[in-house]
Amino acid sequence: MARNIKLRIWRGDSTDGGLKDVVVEANEGEVVLDVIHRVQATQMGDLAVRWNCKAGKCGSCSMEINGKPRLACMTQVASFGEEETITVTPLRAFPIIKDLVTDVSFNYKKAMEIPAYEHPKELAPGQARMEQIDVERSQEFRKCIECFLCQDVCHVVRDHEENKKSFAGPRFFIRIAELDMHPLDMLKNRKKTAQEEHGLGMCNITKCCTEVCPEHIRITDNAIIPMKERVVDIKYDPARWLGSKIRRREGL
Amino acid sequence: MTIERHNYDVLIIGAGGAGLRAAVEAREAGLRVAIICKSLFGKAHTVMAEGGAAASMGNVNDNDNWMVHFRDTMRGGKFLSHFRMAELHAKEAPDRIWELETWGALFDRTKEGKISQRNFGGHEYPRLAHVGDRTGLELIRTMQQKIVALQQKDGRETGDMESGIKVFAELTVTDILKENGKISGAYGYWRESGAEVLFEAPAVVIATGGVGKTFKITSNSWEGTGDGHALALKAGANLVDMEFLQFHPTGMVWPPSVRGILVTESVRGEGGVLTNNLGERFMFKYIPDVFKDKYADNEAEADRWYEDQDNNRRPPELLPRDEVARAINTEVKSGRGTEHGGVFLDVSKRIPAETIKKRLPSMWHQFYELAGVDITKEAMEVGPTCHYVMGGVEVDPDTAAAVGVPGLFAAGEVAGGMHGSNRLGGNSLTDLLVFGRRAGAAAAVYVKSNGKNPVSEGAVAAAAAKIQAPFDREGGENSYSLHAELQEITHNLVGIIRTGTELKEAIEKIAEIRKRSANVSVSGGRKFNPGFHLAFDLDNMLLVAEATAKSAINREESRGGHTRDDFPVMNDKWRQINNISSFDGNKVNIREQALPAMPKALFDLFDIHELEKYMTPEEIAKGGSN
Repeated sequence: MARNIKLRIWRGDSTDGGLKDVVVEANEGEVVLDVIHRVQATQMGDLAVRWNCKAGKCGSCSMEINGKPRLACMTQVASFGEEETITVTPLRAFPIIKDLVTDVSFNYKKAMEIPAYEHPKELAPGQARMEQIDVERSQEFRKCIECFLCQDVCHVVRDHEENKKSFAGPRFFIRIAELDMHPLDMLKNRKKTAQEEHGLGMCNITKCCTEVCPEHIRITDNAIIPMKERVVDIKYDPARWLGSKIRRREGL
Repeated sequence: MTIERHNYDVLIIGAGGAGLRAAVEAREAGLRVAIICKSLFGKAHTVMAEGGAAASMGNVNDNDNWMVHFRDTMRGGKFLSHFRMAELHAKEAPDRIWELETWGALFDRTKEGKISQRNFGGHEYPRLAHVGDRTGLELIRTMQQKIVALQQKDGRETGDMESGIKVFAELTVTDILKENGKISGAYGYWRESGAEVLFEAPAVVIATGGVGKTFKITSNSWEGTGDGHALALKAGANLVDMEFLQFHPTGMVWPPSVRGILVTESVRGEGGVLTNNLGERFMFKYIPDVFKDKYADNEAEADRWYEDQDNNRRPPELLPRDEVARAINTEVKSGRGTEHGGVFLDVSKRIPAETIKKRLPSMWHQFYELAGVDITKEAMEVGPTCHYVMGGVEVDPDTAAAVGVPGLFAAGEVAGGMHGSNRLGGNSLTDLLVFGRRAGAAAAVYVKSNGKNPVSEGAVAAAAAKIQAPFDREGGENSYSLHAELQEITHNLVGIIRTGTELKEAIEKIAEIRKRSANVSVSGGRKFNPGFHLAFDLDNMLLVAEATAKSAINREESRGGHTRDDFPVMNDKWRQINNISSFDGNKVNIREQALPAMPKALFDLFDIHELEKYMTPEEIAKGGSN
């Protein structure tokens, strides 16, 4: 049941590049990554593409397919029309290295800026007791495969390089939310630092991140909005406001 | 050309579970550590592990303890595991799991709030700590974040977060370097730019995982090219029992593009049954004598086991992986397979749809999105896929030190001995924690007592010349086609069922491809060039395939992950022998070496009648090594 399909692939590097048309064979059931691999093996031996598991579990083959951020291993060729040209381009929010490969080091730098989990000192290994229902909230966020599609689609940084410095992005908002909701984490003020240091306030909840998440994590509804609401509570709660002022005075 | 140079105390090759656990240990011992990986940080194959991590915490059944786990491991490996590795693993696994929890891991819970544990093939009690069916991801993320925590600590103390641990992602190591017979560092190139890098370090921990890409149908990603196995061989280390490969019984078989992708054993652990195209639940026909007292021989009892495990024997779907893979292979070859050459695996009849989605979420997605199959309503089609290599670097069990090469350590899948002839599901995730930690600790001790061992310029020049060579050749062989040819050979001649004549043919053909691979040429430049990357991976796979085929032809019996049609049964003589592969710079050589005998204390943990099924009367009479 093999047929020929039209593929348009962005080729080039940080200095120059453009779309190249190829015709390649596709078999029943194949995904976009399969046909890219076939192009690599038969027509363009040096075509650069990242991938690993080919099962939607590692988040390596992130790219834009007909303009939408997707995992190439989870995008069926059959989901496009028979005559349709499939256009594959590198993630737009990150600097290009070569062809479909971008420099995603921004994300690893942000990961290093999120304060780590703090385990209760008195709680020895093996002593933790947690209810399933309590761990499930954080577990949803720990499903993240770090494909960075949410980071790519987020309009705060997608076309605004200048915002990258002060904005951690949806992937790291769910990391903060995960720690904030972790039944045992001891570090205080995670929501406050999300707002003040990691740019939570810059998000205006258009839910683009949730839409592209291949793990179907409800990034906006379950992580970002609850944190934003709590930040507002803390800021505008008069008793807390007074408390913070008094403590600050004591510190003088 | 000026070469990028780095200086570290410990170099860790591979950022999967074993590598990261080793890195944490070495850093906490005060050493400066470099972690090198071929992919981005956090993408290692460990993320694919679904079922869980086996540790006898006894949270679900308090009859469990390290001795039961040890027995299950030895039994699963058909008594060819190195007893000391199996012992250390069983004893230390619970501590390694609990420790992850102190680093932020969130395992699924029991009603009492403890870490939940699930049933798995070959494990007597529910033993696998898990997070749905994405346990490997949880392990990697937890350790990745632990590394960040250590980097943040270093940052607070030195002002530089990367002063104590630095991750070199998307970098391939092409040579492990030695001076004066001891490890001095490693040489490689950035995949992104093709630029070469020299690492000077007196200790190297190899944690590169497996060899699946040597085979045509595999659950492994492109990274599983046996790099560590080959690097170790070339550095003068040995590989032990490379004939033992685990073909996971349940890989996807349809559509072709997903062939080989893993279907977790938890599907069977949760109640999935295997049937052939006649609708027959065939596993009852394949219970070997050695397992008859532990597995139900009728459907009624097998079904009762899910509710009452104390008074019923377990279903035969949960036999060790080698047994199930061979059974499926036989069913398909006898014409009782599915349309696409597999068998049926069904959870839909036993478990409610919502429970399936909750317990096996990523399986549901995988089949729904990749195969258009809703596993809550229909059966899956599954068949064997090359999943794991039991063979690997010969190491000292306590220190993970590679035998014969001072300063070299190996942990995780790349190390041999722990799993004998067949690995139990769930034992891999705890293997890499237990021995990753031991490797990191032993590397630290080694560095502290041995100090630096500088790399010579001659060694650098030789390593650099090797990287340049494929660019200087024109019109030579294409690495993609050679790789495909190798996969055909291993699939057809060194697969699940082997014969002496086919193995002989395989050895000749592999040698032929190796000869041709010396003439591989690469088109395009050095910048992120997959053709260039594959040229080096190919070299490693060829060496691994040679070791596998030569070990397989030498072992004239069938045991675990090695089945010989011409020698179809286990042989007591072979149970006492390890096949040791070494490399003379030209070819792989095999020699037989005696497997160390269990000491009396461990010997006495077994029912003597069970041991009689595996051991010679002389061994039984001796009753252990002391």
